[in-house]
Amino acid sequence: MTGFWRQALAVAGRDLVGEIRSGEVLLVTAPFGGVALLLIPMAIGTDRPLLARIGPGMYWVVVLLFGILVALRRSAAESPSQRDQLGLLGIDPAARFTGQGLANTALLGLYAGVLAPVAVALYDPDLAGWWWMALVLPLTVAGVALLATVAGRLVAALDSGPALVPLLVAPLAVPLLLGATQALEGLRLGESILGWLLLLAAVDLALAVAGVLGARPLEEAAR
Amino acid sequence: MTSPVVELRGVGVRLGDTPVLRDLDLVVAAGEAIGLHGANGSGKSTLLRVLATLLAPSAGNGTVLGADLAEPDRFAVRPRIGLVGHQPSLYPELTLHENTAFVARVRGDDPERVAEVLDQVGLGRARHRRADHCSHGMQRRAEFARVLLTAPDLLLLDEAHAGLDPAAADLVALLAKQAQARGGAAVLVSHDPARVRGLVDRAYDLDGGKLWAAAA
Repeated sequence: MTGFWRQALAVAGRDLVGEIRSGEVLLVTAPFGGVALLLIPMAIGTDRPLLARIGPGMYWVVVLLFGILVALRRSAAESPSQRDQLGLLGIDPAARFTGQGLANTALLGLYAGVLAPVAVALYDPDLAGWWWMALVLPLTVAGVALLATVAGRLVAALDSGPALVPLLVAPLAVPLLLGATQALEGLRLGESILGWLLLLAAVDLALAVAGVLGARPLEEAAR
Repeated sequence: MTSPVVELRGVGVRLGDTPVLRDLDLVVAAGEAIGLHGANGSGKSTLLRVLATLLAPSAGNGTVLGADLAEPDRFAVRPRIGLVGHQPSLYPELTLHENTAFVARVRGDDPERVAEVLDQVGLGRARHRRADHCSHGMQRRAEFARVLLTAPDLLLLDEAHAGLDPAAADLVALLAKQAQARGGAAVLVSHDPARVRGLVDRAYDLDGGKLWAAAA
């Protein structure tokens, strides 16, 4: 294994063990996501066709909003002294970004996986072509995780606090939300979703490249 | 003649609008240990961060382990620098063993060494305790274990003896002597000059952003 991947996996392992011990995603945030999914039908009423129609969109909005909060919190959780030590260990900032992105993707995948049956039970959406979720879900979740990881680094570097996060995240989240919801809508209508999958993959790739290339300057700016 | 481990010439640092260090000169030769003293807010920790290459000077220039502080080659010498700050840098949810193993894994060190260095700092029996369940002194010892593992050529200890029992204080002396024996150097910051007097070759007071030779 190369030094880059050894470092990236060490960072991912550190973050995942920390999350398992703190239980923030599954014990704290997932129930809130479930409650958010429950509140929407209560507000709309028992219009079942409408709920079935908007269910996938609501699911992705909840995954996106709560997922970014979770991933951002983990990305920005390092204290200045911890960041200094990571620098002195000689860890490649790009490996650190990759490791955090991997851990955030795994956590959000778990989060989205837990919420999916809740959304199906509450909204009863058309599940035509549901197996395509095996592609749509990882691509969307990876995009959300990478977006939050990049945003976490930007917030630390700009020293602006979390107030700037919505401004940073909102425009970049649009293509992810659009790709995920329109892919499911395409499946419902029996249309090709290749274009939406390519959009999701392109956003993921752009965020990964931006994160890797910007890792060193952002890390130095955060000191 | 070997080049100095640290050479600062006219270094100044501003944090925001506040000048913290001003026109500061410092040379630390290989095999030397120096003491740094000063009141709260005098800039001791800032100077250590400059020496650790983590903070670029706003003025002046310098080298640490041969790397120019203003050039990207400073990144390459960072793994040869050991810094124990006064704020703990352990990951609270991880055990002491996991914290040290993370360091070994990132650096590609022998994982067998983790248990060895934790034993050396007296944490062998507490190694599976989470860091946030440990006292400040134990966390400090775990940071010393990291220094033993990484064997730095430049050792920087901030408030070297703070919160340590006498046995742990002996570790400070051991770490400094090991760095000197490797041909490196040690910089020990302390509020209490008496505690580091026997460990250092020279001592300085940091006052008004400048270094002054401390009275013997």
